[in-house]
Amino acid sequence: MVKQALRWALVIAVLLFLYAPILTLVVFSFNSGKYMGNWTGFSLRWYVELFNDAVIMRSLWITLSVALIAAVVSTILGTLAAAGIHAMKNRHANLVENITYIPMLSPDIVTGISLMLLFVFAGIKLGYGTMLLAHVTFNLPYVIFSVLPKLRALPQHQYEAAIDLGATPGFALRKVVLPQIMPGILTGLIFAFTLSIDDFVISYFTSQDVSNLSMTIYSMARRGLSPKLNALSSIMFLTVLTLLIVINVRSARQGKKETV
Amino acid sequence: MKRSAYAYPYLLWMALFIVVPLAIVLFYALTDTVDGRLIFTLENFSAAFDPAYVKVFLRSLWMAALATVICLAIGYPLALVLSSRHFKAGKLLLMLVVIPMWMNFLLRTYAWINLLSDNGIIMKALQFFGVENLSLLYNQTAVIVGLVYNFLPFMVLPIYTSLIKIEPNLYEAAGDLGANSFMSFLKVTLPLSVPGIVSGITMTFMPAITSFAVSRLMGGGLVTMYGELIENQFYFMRDWHFGATLSIVMMVLVLISAVLTRNNKNKEGGMLW
Repeated sequence: MVKQALRWALVIAVLLFLYAPILTLVVFSFNSGKYMGNWTGFSLRWYVELFNDAVIMRSLWITLSVALIAAVVSTILGTLAAAGIHAMKNRHANLVENITYIPMLSPDIVTGISLMLLFVFAGIKLGYGTMLLAHVTFNLPYVIFSVLPKLRALPQHQYEAAIDLGATPGFALRKVVLPQIMPGILTGLIFAFTLSIDDFVISYFTSQDVSNLSMTIYSMARRGLSPKLNALSSIMFLTVLTLLIVINVRSARQGKKETV
Repeated sequence: MKRSAYAYPYLLWMALFIVVPLAIVLFYALTDTVDGRLIFTLENFSAAFDPAYVKVFLRSLWMAALATVICLAIGYPLALVLSSRHFKAGKLLLMLVVIPMWMNFLLRTYAWINLLSDNGIIMKALQFFGVENLSLLYNQTAVIVGLVYNFLPFMVLPIYTSLIKIEPNLYEAAGDLGANSFMSFLKVTLPLSVPGIVSGITMTFMPAITSFAVSRLMGGGLVTMYGELIENQFYFMRDWHFGATLSIVMMVLVLISAVLTRNNKNKEGGMLW
């Protein structure tokens, strides 16, 4: 009994630590006044101001469009790369894989700085385009390493069998290989999209005048408190919560179907 | 066409956006501009080991280590509870622990700034009890709190994963062989959760030591960490050569730790004591 109580105490303490800051933000996003800790009445004022804030709305659009384009481009490029690496001799494949690890291993700040120096060196103006190139670059390893294991798990001679049966290489890839590695490709795509949406450090170094949402939040938070950020946090928190609940309910249902 | 040709576009990309940029960083680190002329020099590296910078380096090492240890001290018992067979709600509660991880980390940090600020709810409560002239924000403790808050789920998740994989039979076997619950923790649970602990530490320590946003926002520029020092060189000091040098120092540190943790993983098979 005492043990169980202690367990719950620990869990509740940690959840309080994790959620108290977020819930305070949510509560005070409905405050009519500007100051936290000083409740002056319920209002949707900050939500209205948030949606009328041209800077925030623009950076939201930039975040989503960069994430979408970068995810799609890196998934296509990365899947092709994985197919190529899979066909390479061991020695070459190892070299390519090791270099691919570099962006995953190196700190974001170093990746960001190295890309910034490249763009400056090449005389490319830092902005939307450079941010996009940087995002594709840091997404690629995650796509490659989600697709490559799927390729390696394929039966070894299946592809050759398809060719022997008269399929062209392209047809064999599309009809035999692709359907089987699809889960890996989708994982890579989702991984890339979320990484891209969440990125701050690399975008911060590779783009100057064009800000994504993280960059805008950073510069707002540096200037001090803004109730608009409370409203934004509440919306983001609710979105994440809803998405995760939907995903979990769906996978729970699928699990049930499989057992039946 | 050979099948490996599918990788050619990526190989080009890799050369252009991974290899060349790192070469440029190295180039900047090994050069300096004197009177508008570019000269090769090792000056930057000797400057990087100047006591003032070593101090910042050691401080961020210390702060990241402290944050990691706190995360481990909270995260391990928590993962133990959540993975316990006697704790039915474990899976759902784990999800609750992980959810904040999906929110933008700057907003999570902002949430703490809000709580700790002079107009924040904690200050209001303290003032109510007569505590005045106290600032909760912009000091080392605030930065540590920010780091722990941001990285705690990254510690809990891998440890939970390694704990849940342990065969329940092993505990029964340990009990049959006369081990009490403490001994079975020491001889079964702990050794088998080492991989989880190692990846938890890497997932907390690495981002903690290289982050600059958390320390900038919660330390207010008063508590500089190494990442912040690097950022300063590019945006305030405008000394790109020195910034590149510091980046290389950090990169080397990270690579060393990566190699160390990888060796640990290889030994894992023989770690049944």
